Amino acid sequence: MSSQVFSHSAFNSQLKKYYGFYAGGFIAFVILLAIAEQMGMSRRWIGYWFLFATIGLYAGIGIMSRTSEVAEYYVAGRRVPAFFNGMATGADWMSAASFIAMAGGLFLGGFDGLAFVMGWTGGYCLVAFLLAPYLRKFGQFTIPDFLAERYGGNIVRSIGVISAITCSFVYVVAQIYGVGLITSRFTGLEFGVGVFVGLGGILVCSMLGGMKAVTWTQVAQYIILIIAYMTPVVWLGIKHTGIPIPQLAYGYTLQKVTELEKKITADPKEQEVRKTFADRAAAGRAALANQDKAYADGKAKVEKDLADAKASGDAAKVAAAEKAVAAYPKDVVAARSIWQREAGLQARTGGPRPHAEAYPGKDEKARDTARLNFIGIVFCMMFGTAALPHILMRYYTTPSVQQARVSVFWSLFFIFLLYFTAPCLAVLAKFDMYSNLVGSSFSALPAWAANWAKVDPGLLNITDINKDGIVQWAEVVIGGDLIVLATPEIAGLPYVVSGLVAAGGLAAALSTADGLLLTIANALSHDLYYKMIDPSASTAKRVTISKVLLIFVAITAAWVTSLKPGDILFLVGAAFSIAASAFFPPLVMGVFWKRANKWGAIVGMLAGLGICLYYMMRTYPFFTNMGVPKMDLWWGLNPISAGMIGLPVGLVTIWIVSLLTAPPSKEVQELVEHVRYPHLAGDAVVSEAR
Amino acid sequence: MQLTEKHQEYWRKNLVYTAILLLVWFVVTFVEAWYARELNSITFFGFPFGFYMSAQGSLAIYVVIIGIYAILMRKLDLKYNVDEGELE
Repeated sequence: MSSQVFSHSAFNSQLKKYYGFYAGGFIAFVILLAIAEQMGMSRRWIGYWFLFATIGLYAGIGIMSRTSEVAEYYVAGRRVPAFFNGMATGADWMSAASFIAMAGGLFLGGFDGLAFVMGWTGGYCLVAFLLAPYLRKFGQFTIPDFLAERYGGNIVRSIGVISAITCSFVYVVAQIYGVGLITSRFTGLEFGVGVFVGLGGILVCSMLGGMKAVTWTQVAQYIILIIAYMTPVVWLGIKHTGIPIPQLAYGYTLQKVTELEKKITADPKEQEVRKTFADRAAAGRAALANQDKAYADGKAKVEKDLADAKASGDAAKVAAAEKAVAAYPKDVVAARSIWQREAGLQARTGGPRPHAEAYPGKDEKARDTARLNFIGIVFCMMFGTAALPHILMRYYTTPSVQQARVSVFWSLFFIFLLYFTAPCLAVLAKFDMYSNLVGSSFSALPAWAANWAKVDPGLLNITDINKDGIVQWAEVVIGGDLIVLATPEIAGLPYVVSGLVAAGGLAAALSTADGLLLTIANALSHDLYYKMIDPSASTAKRVTISKVLLIFVAITAAWVTSLKPGDILFLVGAAFSIAASAFFPPLVMGVFWKRANKWGAIVGMLAGLGICLYYMMRTYPFFTNMGVPKMDLWWGLNPISAGMIGLPVGLVTIWIVSLLTAPPSKEVQELVEHVRYPHLAGDAVVSEAR
Repeated sequence: MQLTEKHQEYWRKNLVYTAILLLVWFVVTFVEAWYARELNSITFFGFPFGFYMSAQGSLAIYVVIIGIYAILMRKLDLKYNVDEGELE
């Protein structure tokens, strides 16, 4: 025992030393690039340096950690200390959505966006109290492993494998999309090329060393992503609040934002722009209501203008009128899309959304629906967190049950650092825009705004609607991703920090993709192949098969990504709802209720998953547009929160069906007792027998 | 192995800890979100209180209660002799 004490603590302090050097080295690398930028290195090269240096680094860690040992490959040898497992979980957890889209969501949605902040942190309470320590004591390799041992039989394992693959695959597509977006934006490579460069980094790492390599790479990625997220926020915070920890002081900035919102809402020039939009939207709706007539009238009008212009003999007028005739839509179908766009301007007539107000709405009913959907998202994100296989798997890798408990603490601590910063960033960026962008003259826009409006009109579009030469807030359209990407420039930092932010976003997307791909490949190789098809396969063969499957899955995922399916936020939300409905009930009841049995689990998982998928298919426009009959929302609950229906259905079904069928065998009941105690006399024998 | 009365007691205490901490979790999450509008009329360090809780307060409480759980369970393991030895 004493030699073990020594080896664990020595390992731990060695790791701290290595990663300390590594973090210092990374900061030195950034400083060197900053100096190079001052000496005239081009932006494109800074982008390349960040891309290739960081991917090369991850690949290097992957090569150093290569292994073909089963326990090393699947669970990193079960010797990852709590602190480092916490960092690895943080990186595993925080995806492109957390890093790039979240602050933007908070910027646009105000209070409503906080549902994701709460859901993606509070879920760790469920992991800590209900799952992590028990799964660690169980101590196998995958989540379907636990379900199969606890409930017995290949049916449960198969449903587990299918659910694990479904939710991980949906989620990994969203990550690879993020990888492609970041690499293409910061290096100018094409989206498709970007996807495959990133994929190369993911594969070298996870294929050679499985969980072992992924763990140590994720720790490295966490360090990069947190440095990248904090640097510009701290800078912007000093600019607006005067202290380097703006997270504590932005309440007063929020008050100023609220003041400015009132000012903008009341400003006559702003109202003029909103009125213009309201009129255009009304005209668009009118045209849509009577399409043939609107088309004929519009056509007659441009033709009459041309005739008038010709009669007046003014050459410039004639040219303009001829242009209008040529630009007029060629048929009603073409005109319809223009009218629809005009009618959509209704969304811009409302004035700034009050940032801190909870559940705004036109009447009591709208406000209550907003509240229900806020709670629905919190609920699904929390229970989904506690059921995503790639996260739960991480708690198999700690040396002991107690370390697993402590590790959840560190995980959430490291996640918390980013998540309590995102709302602060949103408020600071909003304050900056309200005070520096609004009211500036179109001929002298702030440098970052001029730059981004030119580079990417999808993220920032400013048009002088009322032709007064001054920017009104109503004239600005912002894409959510802009906030994180443009913060370094808003804060007036050199381009090297923008490169750093891109590297951070890439680290976030790659680390999550690594963990997910490994989960899918392990479910296929361990659960499907080894446990169900060929139980006599040698360990070397199992690991080889896992590696081959990993490549196959990665390429399939990249291919699906290149089709650019649907809305990323919905994909992520769907993965959480699916995980919450299918996994949470059988996992938790498996530990806390001995009486839960095989048939309860089977029917419960199918019922939970089924109702969740049914609700999404019948209500989400992507499916209903493909011909699935549409139905009304239940209590106004959005399709992304389908898990709020699926999870309770799953729990109740397991309960009822278990009680109606025979209790589980004595061995299973003993297994439940076994996982409930960190150590029982006789445990060693049990774990060797397994 | 056959579980003793002491083992049963350990598990019961574990359930009590879990239930209390989950209650805290439930209150700072769902009760807080339900009354966010009302809480927003209180000002806390410049923040509307409902906004503050959803953006920071509840998150910090999550971190703290997970830490408390780890410490309490460590003590309970040692007291009931079901700990795993010095594997730190």
